[in-house]
This record gives sequence, structure tokens and C-alpha cells, in this order.
Amino acid sequence: MLHVSLTHFLVVGALLFGFGIVTVATRRNAVGVLMGVELLLNAANVNFVAFNHYVVGAVTGQIFALFVIVLAAAEAAVGLAIVLSIFQTFKTIDVRTADLMRE
Amino acid sequence: MSKASRMFWWVVMAAVVVAFVGYFASRLGSPAAPQAGRVVAGSLTLADVVFYVIALLTVGGAAGVALSRNILYSAVGLLMALLGAGSLYVFLSADFLAVTQLLVYIGGVLVLILFAVMLTAQIGDVNISNASFGIGGGVLLFVAAAPLLLAVAMRVPWPQRADVRAAETTAQIGNALLKQWLLPFELASLILLATLIGAIVIARKELKAD
Repeated sequence: MLHVSLTHFLVVGALLFGFGIVTVATRRNAVGVLMGVELLLNAANVNFVAFNHYVVGAVTGQIFALFVIVLAAAEAAVGLAIVLSIFQTFKTIDVRTADLMRE
Repeated sequence: MSKASRMFWWVVMAAVVVAFVGYFASRLGSPAAPQAGRVVAGSLTLADVVFYVIALLTVGGAAGVALSRNILYSAVGLLMALLGAGSLYVFLSADFLAVTQLLVYIGGVLVLILFAVMLTAQIGDVNISNASFGIGGGVLLFVAAAPLLLAVAMRVPWPQRADVRAAETTAQIGNALLKQWLLPFELASLILLATLIGAIVIARKELKAD
């Protein structure tokens, strides 16, 4: 039971996901929210690669994880550009202040 | 504590982390290393112990991201989590992915996030820089999400293939990317180009036309 198996990696992925979703939901700092999204994507990646290694055996899961990494990088670049733009407009990055569209 | 000594401790801690990761990476570098199967404590082999240390690093870093009050410490926690996840890939015979994680996440995304922190937050005021909606809601959400996933991970009898062995996959990944997954590969490059242009357009300062 103590030996490393698929379950161990899934547990690490689940904990990463839990902390990531807490970060996304509770942060008021927009950059913090983006950090939470990175954690979520990493949790998914760990699961992809673990299932690929222990269940499937080819490289399909790793390819999928690669594309996730590419899209995460793109998401971070655009997200941080939006954060900078919000900061220039509102002079703060508190996500609650950017509510112009609500009114 | 004075500024110089604090800087000193930051450098020392960073050196310790780098040495730690480098040491284990060199130990894991040769998958056929006879020490990997050696029993060190109880029924734990060396590979198991290394896994538990790295998993602790990963989960601890993620907890730091979620719980730290200072956004800069959150960034350090993210560094730990990403580094740990990358090290876990080595266990899963995904060396290429581990190196990609190092280059893209730690070399790219994390530096980008640090730049955004420096450019936006009022770092001096810790509570403003990373305030959260309250620990109560966060705990509730964690209790709602994590136990479900943990139960699924531990209870389900996952199917496993017969011989799970570490194997080199870099060549396979290269072949698969340029044969089976060529279209998504090219689309990814297109997305990156669009991201490059879009990020510049969004983040630049408007110049007044005179």
C-alpha cells in the first residue's frame, strides 16, 4: 500500500485541484486568481500523465498534457495582459472593482 | 532583520532548493539505477521516499499559493508546486514533459506572473496585495471538492496494464506530434501567434494621437 502506485499520483492531483479551486474562488487579487488556474491545469496534467503511464501505455496522454501546457502559457500571457490593462484603468487589481459591464 | 541578511537567507534557501532538486534529478536520471529499488525504511524503497518528499513539496507549495497572505509568497509556493509536478513527471517516464514544464512554466509563466505582481500590486501593503474573500468560504470549498476527488482516486479499482516500466518516450512524442497530431500541433502554433499579438495589443499603453 505504501509503494508508489497510480492512486498516489491521483491523490496528489486531487489535492492540487482542491487548493487550486480554493485559490481561484477566494482570491481578490487577479494575479492570484491566475495562479489558481495554473494549479488547476497542473492537477489535470498530473492525472493525464499518471493514467497514461499506468493504464494506457502509449504517449497520447503526454501529448495531451503538452497541449495543455501550451494553452496554459497562452492563457497566462493573455490573462496577465488583461490584468495590466485593468490596472491601468482602475488603478487596482481587485477583481471586484472591474464591474463596469454590470451596470 | 536587516535587508542584507534577509537577502542572504533568500539566496541560501534558493541554493538549498536548487541543490535538492538537482541532487534528486541526478539520482533519477538513470532509471536503471540499482539504488532505486533499495529498501531504506520498513518496506519503503528509495524511489518511494523520493516520491513522498516530492509530493509533499508539491502539495505544500499548492497550499502556500492558496493560504499565503502575501502575493509574493504565493508566487514562491507556485514555484514549489510547479517544480514538484515536473519532478513527478519523471516518475511517470515523461522526461520530455518534465523538461517542458521547467522551461515553459518556471521559465515562462512564473516569470510572467512575477512581472505582473511587480507591475501591479502594492506589495508593501500585504493585506491589500493578496486579500481573500475569507478563510471560511475557502475551507468550505476545499471540503466540498477535495474529499470527493480523493474518494474517487482511492476507491475505484483502476485498470492497470500488465508491465508498467519506465521507458524513454521523447522519440515517440516527436513522431506522434508530426504524424498523428500534426493538425493540433500547427493549430497550437497559430494560437501562440494570436496570443503574442493579442497580449501586446491588450497590454500596451494607448498613445495619444497628436
